Amino acid sequence: MATSTYLEAINQALFEEMERDESVFLLGEDIGIYGGAFKVTKGLYKAFGGDRVIDTPISESAIIGSAIGAAITGLRPVAEMQFADFITVGFNQLVANAATLYYRHNIPVPMVVRAPSGGGIRGGPFHSRNPEAWFFHQPGLKIVAPATARDAKGLLKSSIRDNNPVIYFEHKYLYRRVKEELPKEEIVVPLGKANISREGDDVTVITYGAMVFECLDAAKKLFEEHDISAQVIDLRTLQPLDMELILQSVQKTSRVVIVHEASLSGGIGAEIAARISEKAFEYLDAPVKRIASLDTPTPFSPILENEFMPNAEKIYNAILEIMKF
Amino acid sequence: MKKEKLVWMYRMMLLIRRFEERAAQMYGMQKIGGFCHLYIGQEATGVGTVAAMRPEDYLISAYRDHGHILAKGSDPKAVMAELYGKGTGISKGKGGSMHLFDIEKRYLGGHGIVAGQIPLATGVGFAIKYREEDGVVVVSFGEGAVHQGAFHESLNLAKLWKLPVIYLIENNRYGMGTPLERASAVWDLSQKACSYDMARDTVDGMDVLAVYDVMEKAVNRARKESEPTLIEARTYRFRGHSMSDPVHSHYRTREEVEDQKLKDPLKGFQEKLLKDKVLTKEDIKEIESETKRIVLDSVDFAEKSAEPELDSRFEDVYV
Repeated sequence: MATSTYLEAINQALFEEMERDESVFLLGEDIGIYGGAFKVTKGLYKAFGGDRVIDTPISESAIIGSAIGAAITGLRPVAEMQFADFITVGFNQLVANAATLYYRHNIPVPMVVRAPSGGGIRGGPFHSRNPEAWFFHQPGLKIVAPATARDAKGLLKSSIRDNNPVIYFEHKYLYRRVKEELPKEEIVVPLGKANISREGDDVTVITYGAMVFECLDAAKKLFEEHDISAQVIDLRTLQPLDMELILQSVQKTSRVVIVHEASLSGGIGAEIAARISEKAFEYLDAPVKRIASLDTPTPFSPILENEFMPNAEKIYNAILEIMKF
Repeated sequence: MKKEKLVWMYRMMLLIRRFEERAAQMYGMQKIGGFCHLYIGQEATGVGTVAAMRPEDYLISAYRDHGHILAKGSDPKAVMAELYGKGTGISKGKGGSMHLFDIEKRYLGGHGIVAGQIPLATGVGFAIKYREEDGVVVVSFGEGAVHQGAFHESLNLAKLWKLPVIYLIENNRYGMGTPLERASAVWDLSQKACSYDMARDTVDGMDVLAVYDVMEKAVNRARKESEPTLIEARTYRFRGHSMSDPVHSHYRTREEVEDQKLKDPLKGFQEKLLKDKVLTKEDIKEIESETKRIVLDSVDFAEKSAEPELDSRFEDVYV
């Protein structure tokens, strides 16, 4: 057992997969000699050389498009977007090409786009976004958003081995804040399976990414102060969604709070709420509550950003509110 | 050049012409729906290109793609069935006219968004080089695509990484209804290669042998030196942009279209083959009747094919 940060766990997954399979290669802006904007790929250039850890120009469309071309002819590219926000520049390649090639022609597109996402780092409007909902609306893409170091490692390995295009949202707030003991044995976490981060009976809290920790904090406080037992579900994979686990939990608790850091309207929480109302309406004792970032761009000012984002306190209050029903 | 190759070129150009004429007819009869862009007038560019490639080389193109996939050797039956949206279509009825694809023939689509396929070719070139193979990839697109960022990003990468990619601009003068001179600051499009210090060429896209020569040089450069090339083939489409655009629309004159038809690539090549005694009039007649048979068989196959199974609508979204 050794302690690894979330960031180191990602690095380990890349290293292990590159070592395991020669068809895996990395491409992105400043990922090689520089080691990545956040140093996620540090050491990989030295280990595998410039032919497999490829520094590209600032050309997101060509980065993602080339990855697709390489993937449909037998390689397994892992492309890095320096920030998830910049994925907009390569949007067409992802939604029009990567997402539909298998449907159109039965050609698998085994590629991963790593996208450092999320706020809380005072990044302002263009370096803080959580754009997963744009891609959630496009069938053909898989979407992964780990919260723990173990999942960051295990899900990335599964993403690289998956034959579908996977967008892997790594939360940059967690990079160095999350530290865990990771086993020496290989970790592979299957896509499409949510995890129960905290057991509970009174209310289901559905979340992912950095908000998992805010939800756990809120759950702890609610239990200590009000004897309310919240079951916290970390989705881990957003597409496909683990509806089985969600519905099981809803049937048990009859109350649901959905928390995500992405903006509220049109977010993944809206889809989950709709599915719960369609499939488990009779089990509900209260309206499904969503807690999310505000429907505005991300503000830079720390005071404003703190108000903009969900936090343990907002989640705590929301749960208390729906417990009154 | 060997007679075999010349005859193949002629046969293929004729097949594409007759296939497209029949597709237009079937479209008019509402057997084919959706968007349908015919390759009539541009046959020499596609056929001259494929003639210079090996079967294992890759071709990628845009949505005016019937000619490309046929030239790559795909079964006309499966292509026509795809235009019909039938389950036997080459994309199981899920792609349609603009999204043909045949991995066995190394034809990688058929892409519906202008310039969207260009980075893919760059990646295919990368994969060839990564695996130390000696293949090449040709990506074809219209002149309207050179104004997209994806084109420029790709050229830069291909030159920077020395990839075996040939970027082929099929300049048919109009991006739908907008002529080049109203869309581009420069008229001589292969100049764009200069920005990337890339080899370039310009060719009469109505002359199949000229296209072949230029493409052969580029293919050799790609295969032997792993260097990309940008080629502009100046061609012309005799039909409208798509089936919903009349041949003589208000954006170009009847005189211009008729004038261009004097340079019909198929007619010109036929005359040359007769003059050079590669083919006799009897040969021409025979090829014409064989081609007609192939095309009619493709229509017959499409007509008789079953619609896709309804259950298939949820299939193939994920592997």
